[in-house]
This record gives sequence, structure tokens and C-alpha cells, in this order.
Amino acid sequence: MENIVERLLSGDRRALARMVTLIENEVPAARRYLAELHRYAGKAHIVGVTGAPGAGKSTLVTHLVRELRRRDAKVGVIAIDPTSPFTGGAILGDRIRMMELSGDPKVFIRSMASRGNLGGLAASTRDVVRALDAAGYDPIIIETVGTGQAEVEVMRTAQTVLVTSAPGMGDDVQAIKAGILEIADIFAVTKADKPGADQTVAELAMLLSLDPMRRLHDKSQPYWRIPVLKTAAIKDQGITQVVDAIKEHHDYLVKSGMLAHRAQRQVRSEVQALILNSVVNALKARTTEDEWQKLVDDITTRERDPYSVASELQERIGLRQDP
Amino acid sequence: MADTRPIRVLVAKPGLDGHDRGAKVIARALRDAGMEVIYTGIRQTPEMIVEAAIQEDVDAILMSILSGAHMALFPKVMELLKKEGVDDILVAAGGILPDEDIPAIKEMGIKGCFGPGTSTDEIIEFVRNNIQADRLKTEV
Repeated sequence: MENIVERLLSGDRRALARMVTLIENEVPAARRYLAELHRYAGKAHIVGVTGAPGAGKSTLVTHLVRELRRRDAKVGVIAIDPTSPFTGGAILGDRIRMMELSGDPKVFIRSMASRGNLGGLAASTRDVVRALDAAGYDPIIIETVGTGQAEVEVMRTAQTVLVTSAPGMGDDVQAIKAGILEIADIFAVTKADKPGADQTVAELAMLLSLDPMRRLHDKSQPYWRIPVLKTAAIKDQGITQVVDAIKEHHDYLVKSGMLAHRAQRQVRSEVQALILNSVVNALKARTTEDEWQKLVDDITTRERDPYSVASELQERIGLRQDP
Repeated sequence: MADTRPIRVLVAKPGLDGHDRGAKVIARALRDAGMEVIYTGIRQTPEMIVEAAIQEDVDAILMSILSGAHMALFPKVMELLKKEGVDDILVAAGGILPDEDIPAIKEMGIKGCFGPGTSTDEIIEFVRNNIQADRLKTEV
């Protein structure tokens, strides 16, 4: 295990698989390994694929990977499925549709359980992306859990967000709601061989036509016109167009400077998250469950208030009071 | 994270039979026991199973087979695992496995054989007790 980082960098997929396990379980050593890997990452185009359960995300991803392989890319896939809030268990079933990709040494697929994280990803998804990135996979496709309207976390990790929408899943009022439909860089209307696909395309196009930036953007600057594409994966229709659009979006991000801008924003939130995590861990190490129970009881019975309790615990872990 | 993490199990159906109700019942029971179950579905080749087990870094592989092809497919899976240098994954099998084949199956390194009528609790306990303990440690 000593040089797991070197083995990963040299293309050993068992080392990569074990690294993902260490990251996912927040093993202390993982942070050290990730620090080493950081230097080698940053090359991959990170593509998020999101949409409602059953919208066809896994199927679309499978076909995208197949097309990307035709173009000789080495592709990483991270597929996230939900963890049961009751038992902590999970059924990770995205591989069912991706099995035809198994056995190709230039495709690495990893299923992750959301483990209580609510934004559509697992908490450690970004770090797993870093490991795949350092191992030379590019692009890396993140398939989120089946999402509703508010799981927009993928936009903070992915550079290009593909939102899938199947025909017959809602009227045009759904389309003007905030949330998931707002984060799309590309729309894919899946199952386009089914009735209603054209209507879904028309509704999405209507939504996009209302975007004020369409008219107001600085004409001298590159502008990304969000495409609405139809796919019928079982008939292998529309797949090359989606892969082309993903590539074009990446070119746009580079040209417009958005890629660098987004990367900077992500780094900020990442460092903040790491600090927050350390604070929570430090707190756990310096408190006992009994003590917590006592404090919680005192607060619920109004003996004490949450603010002074927080101040007291903050001091204990060496965090100075707010001025 | 605590010093334990969820156990990861691959549930696969090697070969050509299309009946996966049993495999789904097992997958669901393991999920309800707090495990993360990678369910790959039917018609898996030994190559697919081994590749998925490696990429997913699972603790155990459970194979369900009803077609009678177990004496052809199980040795292939075990051989491929060996070829890849994988020696820390628990392998067990279920389905229609004739009694006279069971010694040979165990000889291949498949630790458990579970026929029709096995309780899901028995399988859960088997997985918990037989996965390699050091795989669950969070420190390398």
C-alpha cells in the first residue's frame, strides 16, 4: 500500500479503486494522498448528468461513453445512487445498464452511495473526481441520484451540466420553476422515440427563450446558447450531437474564461469545506455523547440556550469568539 | 467516519438464465442490513463480474445461478480473480447447486453455497462474518 499514489498514477486500476474506497470512507491517510494527487489533477473535463429518476440518465451515460470511446477518450464514470435513510444501506444499480462497458480498460466506472448527502451527490464525489482525474481519465462523467427540483450540487463540481428530461414528465409550468432546470448547460430530451418528445423540446425551448441574457449579453463576448437535443439511446440517435455539444461547451468555457473563474470559486468553497470538516472532527474528539445529550436536554428544556453552548464548545476547540 | 464503513457487495448473475428474483431479494435484504449492494443484473460474463468487483472495490461477490452452468462459470471467475491478484474478496454462490457439486465449488475458493430456502438472515450473517476483516479497517 505504501505507494498507492504511484500505482494509481501509473494506471493501476486496483490502486485507483482502493483509493476511492479510502476517500469515500474519509480515512485520515486519504487527505494526504489527495494532497499528492492534486498536482496531477485538473486536466479532465468534468461533466455532470442529472435528471429525474427514470429519465434515462444511466442509459444516456452508457451511450455517451461508447461514443467517447469511439473518439478514443479514456472515460471515468461516477454513478451515485441514494442511501436508505433508515438502514444506511443502498442498492447501486447504475451498472446494470453500463455492463457492456465493463471489460474496457479505458473505462472506469465507480458506483457511490449518497450516504446521507442531500444535494444529489455523495459528500466525497469531488475528491473521487480528483483521483480519477489524476489517473488520467478525461472526461469524467458524474451521474447524480435521480433528482427533483433542488438537487443542484452537481453544478459546483461539474464544469458542464447535462440535464435529462423525458417526455411526459410535466407541463410547461415545471419548466419555469427554479432549480434543476436552471443549471443546465445542455438539455437532452431522452426517449425521443416516445410520443410527446417534440412537445418537451418545445417547452424547454420556450423556457430558454425567456432568458434575458439571450438578448442582453455582451455581443463581443462568447455566449453559450443552451442547446436542447433529442436522444433515443436504444436507436443510437442524437448521441454524437450530445457528445459534440459537451465538447463545444468545454471550448466555450475555456474561451470565455469561465473555466478558470469556476475553478477559482470551487477552490474557495473546497477549502472552506475542509476547514468546516476539521472543526466538526475536532469537536467530536473533544466531546462525549453523554455530554452532548446533557447539553441537548438543557437546551430543549430552556435551561440553556444554543448560542452560549456553541460559544463554550468553540472555545474548547480553540476557536476564538466572534468579535 | 467511525472505524467501520458499510460493507460493499457485488450481486451478479453469471450466464444466460434470466431469472433474477432471488438475486433481487438477496440484494434488497443486504441493503436492509445496511450494506451497499452493487447490483449488476443478468447475463454477466465472468470477465464483467471480475472487472466490476475490482472497480467497485467490493468486499464480497455473491453469484446467483439457476441454469446449471455453474461448473463452467465459477472456475472462470475464480481464475480471473487470481490472475488479477485479487485474494481478499469473499466469494459465495446461490441458486440451484446440486449437492454433489458443492465440495468442488468450495474447493475453488467459493466460501459459501446457498440453495433455495436459505433465510436472508443466514446470508447476511455469512457475509458479515466472512469478509476479510482488514478490508474494513479505515487505516492502511
